[in-house]
Amino acid sequence: MNIVITRRISQCFFLILFFWFCIVSTLGEHWWQLRGWPVNWFLELDPLVGIGTLIATHTIYSGLIWGVVTIVLTILVGRFFCGWLCPFGTIHQFIGYLSHGKKSIAEKKGLNRYRNAMSIKYWILIVLLIAAISHLIYYPAQITHNNSWIFWCLLVIFFISIAITATLKLLSRPSKAVAVFSSFLIIWIILSIWFPVEQITIGALQTGLVDPIPLLYRSVNLALLPLVDKTEFSLSSYERLYDGAWLIGILFLTTIVLNLWIPRFYCRFICPLGALLSILSRFSLWRIGKTQKECINCDFCEMNCEGACEPSGKIKTGECILCMNCLNECPEDLIDFGTSPSEAGEILSPDIHRRGFIVSFVFGAAAIPMLRLEGSVGSNWNPHIIRPPGSLKEIEFLSRCIKCGQCMRICPTNIIQPAGFDCGFEGLWTPVLNYRIGSSGCQLNCIACGYVCPTAAIRSLTLDEKLGKNNYFGAGPVKIGTAFIDRGRCLPWAMETPCIVCQENCPVSPKAINTREYFSAIKMKSDLTIHNYAPDRVDFEGSPFAPESFSTGDYYCAIHGLPDELPKLIIKNTSSTLTIASTNPWQKTPAPMDKIDILIRVQRPYVNPERCIGCGICEHECPVKGQRAIRVSPENETRDREHSLLLPIKRNQNQSLKGGA
Amino acid sequence: MDNDLNHKEINRRNFMTRSAKAGLSIIAACSLGYGFYDPTGPAKYKKNQEITHFPDYSVNAAGDQFCVVNGKERIKTIQLALKALGGIETFIKKGDKVLLKVNAAFASPAILSATTNPELVGEITRLCFKAGASSVVVADNPINDPAICFTLTGITQAAESAGARVVLPKKKFFKPTTIQGAELIVDWPVFYKPLQNINKVIGITPVKDHHRSGASMTMKNWYGLLGGRRNIFHQDINNIIKELAMMIKPTLVVLDGTTTMITNGPTGGSISDLKETNCMIVSTDQVAADAFGATLLGKTWRDLPFISKAQAKEVGTANYKTLKPGMISSG
Repeated sequence: MNIVITRRISQCFFLILFFWFCIVSTLGEHWWQLRGWPVNWFLELDPLVGIGTLIATHTIYSGLIWGVVTIVLTILVGRFFCGWLCPFGTIHQFIGYLSHGKKSIAEKKGLNRYRNAMSIKYWILIVLLIAAISHLIYYPAQITHNNSWIFWCLLVIFFISIAITATLKLLSRPSKAVAVFSSFLIIWIILSIWFPVEQITIGALQTGLVDPIPLLYRSVNLALLPLVDKTEFSLSSYERLYDGAWLIGILFLTTIVLNLWIPRFYCRFICPLGALLSILSRFSLWRIGKTQKECINCDFCEMNCEGACEPSGKIKTGECILCMNCLNECPEDLIDFGTSPSEAGEILSPDIHRRGFIVSFVFGAAAIPMLRLEGSVGSNWNPHIIRPPGSLKEIEFLSRCIKCGQCMRICPTNIIQPAGFDCGFEGLWTPVLNYRIGSSGCQLNCIACGYVCPTAAIRSLTLDEKLGKNNYFGAGPVKIGTAFIDRGRCLPWAMETPCIVCQENCPVSPKAINTREYFSAIKMKSDLTIHNYAPDRVDFEGSPFAPESFSTGDYYCAIHGLPDELPKLIIKNTSSTLTIASTNPWQKTPAPMDKIDILIRVQRPYVNPERCIGCGICEHECPVKGQRAIRVSPENETRDREHSLLLPIKRNQNQSLKGGA
Repeated sequence: MDNDLNHKEINRRNFMTRSAKAGLSIIAACSLGYGFYDPTGPAKYKKNQEITHFPDYSVNAAGDQFCVVNGKERIKTIQLALKALGGIETFIKKGDKVLLKVNAAFASPAILSATTNPELVGEITRLCFKAGASSVVVADNPINDPAICFTLTGITQAAESAGARVVLPKKKFFKPTTIQGAELIVDWPVFYKPLQNINKVIGITPVKDHHRSGASMTMKNWYGLLGGRRNIFHQDINNIIKELAMMIKPTLVVLDGTTTMITNGPTGGSISDLKETNCMIVSTDQVAADAFGATLLGKTWRDLPFISKAQAKEVGTANYKTLKPGMISSG
């Protein structure tokens, strides 16, 4: 079978597999739903995710070890991932083929020529990796403080080696070596004196912004599948909405449309994963090349070259994505995938020059400290940002989250939403909870988001840990915030209207919302003076009220001026008579001319902050639909002690707790 | 033909070199992967339960002592008080390194008596050096902006002109601390830097009304060693004051009752909040000092639960009369 057809089959297979994984990222019990399908496999194979989290957290979490497989294969054969596997690349290649397939050979060759701007992807890669790595500068800086002997040893070795090289004349330009090494030492000393050890030094992982695999997952999860969900083929039982999905969708469409200009535009100019794999493929054992230097220069090989690596001349090995089109097209069969370098020569190094490297380095290193000047991970934390249960402390969260949107897709209630710029630029598209969108709050017995998170930015919780049961009894449940009642908007508080939907829906047992009964006298047009009296009935003159208006079960009556007498429940009323429940007889018998108050009984909600876990079901259900009358903010969230609200208080179970009886 | 062979040889060598490099890269990638592999993910935050012992700064040989001197002039009354306790030499020896824990909580001038009086800080510094102290450090973690507090209260000027060094709080000067027997000061950031490399601690603070706890005196003064979101301890004010008293066993406490803030504490802000009470209390026992201080606010120690709590933890005695107090008038 022709190698190009094999490649196409591989691309189709992985593209379909990718979409399949997106489709099965739905919570449910059907075979096509999340039932152990390795839905993160593409993210795990993506070594940029692995390397990014490795340098930001010094660990390779669970499945991200798959990245090693990609790296090893890339070292052996080159960028097979781009040409054979990457679903984003496949989409670009297909669109590029549709747009340019019918053009002439000369036009196609023009489209597929190498352009200097293709080195932009390397600068992007450097900026992103340095932004994640910047806190590593802390370690060498600390050596001079903690293990100064290492520093002095290096210094001694440095001087001895200078002496040796000078005497033995080992280096052609010893003065240059001395200059480089001394400037390195000086930078090190300056860093160790001035480098601040505080949060400003911690890097943040931003690779997910442009890393093709997270980008594709995000775009499909948040902008494409929700459109499908609106059709007959809906994957969710509930319409799915995503805050800011338009931006994600437009950026995705832009990357697609750019193929109309230059095929595989994203791959060639932007993709930092491609850049990384290009660097890794430097020593590849097998590579594309010409088997003899001279040929008829028909340029057929460059007609469909996906990587724009120019195989007809000195091939740019790093740009070759193994599409194998040249191999197929060459009429003289002069192109080979083998162990020998091209007879026409190779350009091994990616186009990275020192000046560009330094500029990208400085940008990357300065970016996160500058973003941190906002204080959004410190004292200026945004009180509207509620992270999913199990999320790490903000600063550690940002060093892991790759903005792939898997948690947002899996969340059964659709409350996990991509953040805008609310938690700083570095928090763009990270998961935040929005209790207005979706079908409910955070479900008590759901741990899907942490289960699916590929980088453990949201820790994979067990139900026991989330609910604070068994081994976790002492630690208590995982809290993501605390609900606060806005007494100016709450119906029982502000409008003396019975409600307590929040209390009823509170899923915690015992409930985190308690109520206190409150009776409030209704303002009548005129005083109600008793005309006639029976043990279960009072009559008034005229028609002071509408029939059955006080028989809802929420209205009571009492003799005016007797505050100690319990109000009596009204069970029936005509326009002039109130019938009273017999369960609570009058202590003082009413007499004609006594005045009667009609009272409405409301139950006013109080939040018990020690029990509230911040699930937001109350906020979601609150009938005050605009600005909700009960709202969750991240106070008391488990992930950050700095956000705690209360001291742990020793109480007996039978003692009354905060917030009502 | 020769040329061709040569070419093949070059290609062969080239391939060998590449293979070696690729092999090394693969080994590097695999060992990195193996070395940093983390199958379980990040752990839950674990409390740092390590107990910190601050040394006992008291002087055993001096025993329990307590003295009140009546008078308007602080320099005179403090001198007399220390003399009555056997001279400052009883407490500060040659070469001692002394921390003066002042109250510099608010950016308010000395005349409003919301903070430790600078004259008093200056005089005690001078006396410490006279007794042979090798260094005197003045510190507090104020509520208002630290630099402004120390400057505006006059404490920096007074301390530095007497030769003391002022340590302002910085983030890195705090360390998570757990105090033995404490329930609140557990894994809590404490301003440890000024307590490092010293062997004597003198707490100096004015008597003030405090709306939450009833009074702010020598025990409450250690609040200024706490960092973090310490104001959540206001949810359990009497126990935190008790724990602070358990945390620091001072060499001496100086409770300045020359002027007492009777109302609107602990910030004050007006001369009309103050009352001349003309007392300088110096004690080795912070509980006794506070018990006496309560009387200046028109209270008894029984009105202030933190005093009984501290007494129950054997920090000191509320019955200061058992300490055979010297009651002196400066005339």
